[in-house]
Amino acid sequence: MSKFSTLIFISGLSFLLIVITAQLPIAHPPMLIGQYIIDHAVQDTGVTNIVTSVVLAYRGLDTLGELAILFTAASGVGLLLSNKLNTKLQPSTKTVRLSNSNFIIEHALNLLFPLLLVVGFYVIFHGHLTPGGGFQGGVIIASAFFLNILAKPYKSSDSEIESTHNNLTIIESLSGVTFIAIGLYALISGHDFLEPFLSHGQLGSLWSAGTLPFLYIAVGLKVGAELSSLLITLYDIDSEELTD
Amino acid sequence: MDISALIALIIVFIMLSSALCVLFLPNMIAAVMASSVISLSLTIIFALLKAPDVAMTEAAIGAGLGSLILAIGLKRLNYFNIESHQSNVSGTDPGQ
Repeated sequence: MSKFSTLIFISGLSFLLIVITAQLPIAHPPMLIGQYIIDHAVQDTGVTNIVTSVVLAYRGLDTLGELAILFTAASGVGLLLSNKLNTKLQPSTKTVRLSNSNFIIEHALNLLFPLLLVVGFYVIFHGHLTPGGGFQGGVIIASAFFLNILAKPYKSSDSEIESTHNNLTIIESLSGVTFIAIGLYALISGHDFLEPFLSHGQLGSLWSAGTLPFLYIAVGLKVGAELSSLLITLYDIDSEELTD
Repeated sequence: MDISALIALIIVFIMLSSALCVLFLPNMIAAVMASSVISLSLTIIFALLKAPDVAMTEAAIGAGLGSLILAIGLKRLNYFNIESHQSNVSGTDPGQ
C-alpha cells in the first residue's frame, strides 16, 4: 500500500514538474538580467570570471545567506553528534578493519597533502580570475585535512580535540566577521551593503577586482573550517566506538 | 552527430549503469564508489555544457565530500568491510 502511494506521489510530482518546465521560458529572449550581467560585469566589477561577479557583487547578500545556511547546518550536526551519552553503539565484533597505518597510503598522502592544499588555496585566490572560488576551494582544503586524519589515525586525547575545535572556531568566526565587516565598511563609505569599493586594478591580474578576492578568501576559510570541524566531529564518534 | 553529444550520451549511459550498481551491488563500499562515479560523470557533463564553476563544485562536493561522509556512515554502521557483507550478518545487528 505504501509502495502504491509512493508511486502515485512520484507520478503526480513528475507530472507537475513536466508541466511547469514545459511552460517556463528557459533561455528565451528577453533574458534581461543575464544579458545585462554578461555585457557589464567586466566594467562594473573588474573580474574575468563572471560567475564570481554574480556570486559576490550582484548577489552578495544571497552568498551571506548561503554562509548562514552552512553555519546552521554545521552547528546542528555538531549539536546532535556531540551528545556522547546516548550514541554509544554496541562494541563492534572486530570483523575486518582496514589496516590503520598502511605504509603506501601514508606516504602517498605525504605527497598528496601539500598538493591538495596548494590546489585549494589556488582555487580560492584565483576565484575572480578562473573558475572556482571560496566554496570549492574551502571544500578541497577541508578534505585535504580530513584525508590526513583518515590515513594516519591516532588516538588523540580529549584536550587535543578540544584545542583543534577551538582553533577551527576562531578561524571560522574571524572569517565570518571579516565578510560582514567588508560589507559594513562599504555601507559606511557610501555604497550599498557588500558592494565592491576598492579600485579595480588591472584586468586579469591577481590583485584586481577590488574587494572581491578578500570576500572570497573569507568565504573559503569559513567553509573549510566549518566542514573540517563537521568531519572531525563525525570521525571522533567513530574512533571512540571502534576502540571500545 | 556532434562529437560532444556522443560523449554526453556515453556518459549518461555510464551514469545510469552506475546508479543501478548503487542499488544492486552487495558490497557497500563498492556502492559508495559507484555513487561517486555518478558525480564524476556529472562533472564531465557540466564541463561539456561550459559550466566549469558548477563542474568544480560537483567534483569537490559530490565526488569528494559526499563519498567521504557516506564512507564515515558505513564505518559507523559496521558495514566498512572490503571482503563482503556476509560477515556482518552473523555478528550483532549493525546500526542498533
